Amino acid sequence: MTAGVDTLRLTAEDALGLVERGEVSAEELHGAYLDAIGERDPELHAFLRTVDEPEGSSIPIALKDVISTRGVETTAGSKILSGYVPVFDATVAARCKAAGLTLLGKTNTDEFAMGSSTENSAFGPSRNPWDPSRVPGGSGGGTAAAVSGGLAPWGLGSDTGGSIKQPSALCGNVGLRPTYGTVSRYGVVAFASSLDQIGPVAKTVRDVALLYRIVSGRDPCDSTTVELPAPVELPTAERLDGLRIGVPRQAVALEAIEPGVRSAFEAVLALAEELGAHVDECDLPLSFEYGLPCYYLIAPAEASSNLARYDGVRYGPRSEGETYRDAVERTRDDGFGAEPKRRIMLGTYALSAGYYDAYYGQAQKVRTLIVREHATAFESFDVLATPTSPTVAFPIGDKAADPLAMYACDLLTIPSCLAGLPGLSVPCGLSGGLPVGLQLVGPQFAENALFRAGHALERALGLDLVPERLRT
Amino acid sequence: MAITRDQVLHVARLARLDLSEAEVEQLTGELGAILDAVSKVSELDLADVPPTSHPLDLVNSWAEDEPHDSLPLEDVLRNAPASERDMFRVPPTA
Repeated sequence: MTAGVDTLRLTAEDALGLVERGEVSAEELHGAYLDAIGERDPELHAFLRTVDEPEGSSIPIALKDVISTRGVETTAGSKILSGYVPVFDATVAARCKAAGLTLLGKTNTDEFAMGSSTENSAFGPSRNPWDPSRVPGGSGGGTAAAVSGGLAPWGLGSDTGGSIKQPSALCGNVGLRPTYGTVSRYGVVAFASSLDQIGPVAKTVRDVALLYRIVSGRDPCDSTTVELPAPVELPTAERLDGLRIGVPRQAVALEAIEPGVRSAFEAVLALAEELGAHVDECDLPLSFEYGLPCYYLIAPAEASSNLARYDGVRYGPRSEGETYRDAVERTRDDGFGAEPKRRIMLGTYALSAGYYDAYYGQAQKVRTLIVREHATAFESFDVLATPTSPTVAFPIGDKAADPLAMYACDLLTIPSCLAGLPGLSVPCGLSGGLPVGLQLVGPQFAENALFRAGHALERALGLDLVPERLRT
Repeated sequence: MAITRDQVLHVARLARLDLSEAEVEQLTGELGAILDAVSKVSELDLADVPPTSHPLDLVNSWAEDEPHDSLPLEDVLRNAPASERDMFRVPPTA
């Protein structure tokens, strides 16, 4: 334990306090996390690379490897970007630097953030700190494993259909997918631009709120960003008096939800009522029935367009070819792994002449209905609650050979992503010794309400979120 | 919904992917199964529903027309597999 710091238990807020009071220097703290990485990351493989020389005066942060970092290789978990060293910082990386945060390293991800387990990373899977034979979730499994394994106080992930919320749930962290448009994507490797969002992962709701405060707000370099309508508040409330929580009937009826996840979810709803909330059922019939197919048309279609830029001309490795076209086609076949190829093919098909209206066009209309259904639900409720993931962390290899089984991991996270709504995953219990996450979804820009609700529940639950096998 | 081998080859060409024979075979089966699942969206009659392409109610986003520095050319070419003078170098286009 360097500098008397227990990285497994130290929250980012407490770490900030230590540095501000001068009890620990930024260098010492960075070193303490590097020591933890040296000790546990050979097993967990949360990091693709670390930064040994801290630059900054505050606490460290881990960034998912889709976030461009000037001078530090950024691969998005893909061979096609191996060796790529960005010549500029993503806006979120620059904002972290401006806040004094030291870059600890780049965390593992499914290739181009496509996946729910990190098994699609070209550089090998990450492992769950609670049980290394299991996945940490994905695509942001590296950041989630780093935070729950005590390898980073906090980190940033990216979320297209659940890549922040689902790994946070599976690793016992708090994760926020913010309202679409509140965090800049400039310099972030694009997957599906009408869905991609950047957001924080940490040990507590207050830490998540602190990091959201640092990275959010309009960026002139990303024209889809907006200013927050109200400043980010650090939650203090311990009660939920008057909060109206809606539980979508069609979500909780899904057979895919494991019994252990269901009972943890029901227990936290009962706790919410004890804290003063009103819990009632609501209806989102189309969102949970059509959300997944809608997403798996829109996201691959946009991905096929975004990934067209990887041609081996401006960056990345190039495979040789007699002509320009041969070189591009071989570069792409050699550089992309199976999942990006699957999605590029699916998306290209859905956008091709004769199929556009039936697939992509139809999915965009379904998306309108999903937006409307959520708007109607928020006329009667302040937040909606479901489990974040239908299952706890599953064994590595379990779903790797079945794309449709892997896609179904995001069944509960996808509908609110399509509607551009903020979602917070908060640990709500254990099932078979593995964490279960509660997903709280709010109207656009309702992050402060999610933080208040999440914080009160977190305090009342009082869970020990250090993985049991790592407790001393 | 079945997708034929010829369709897979056509789409691969559109997507600039030089797929191996094994990949063509595997994708023919997988894409068929995935298309079956996602075709569920066609069950709904949505003739009167407008599409959503973006979840925020944003129309136009202007920037001030002010000149600013771009990346130095040296940086722009730094990651290129091949460059010559101030250009990216590629194999012949025909």
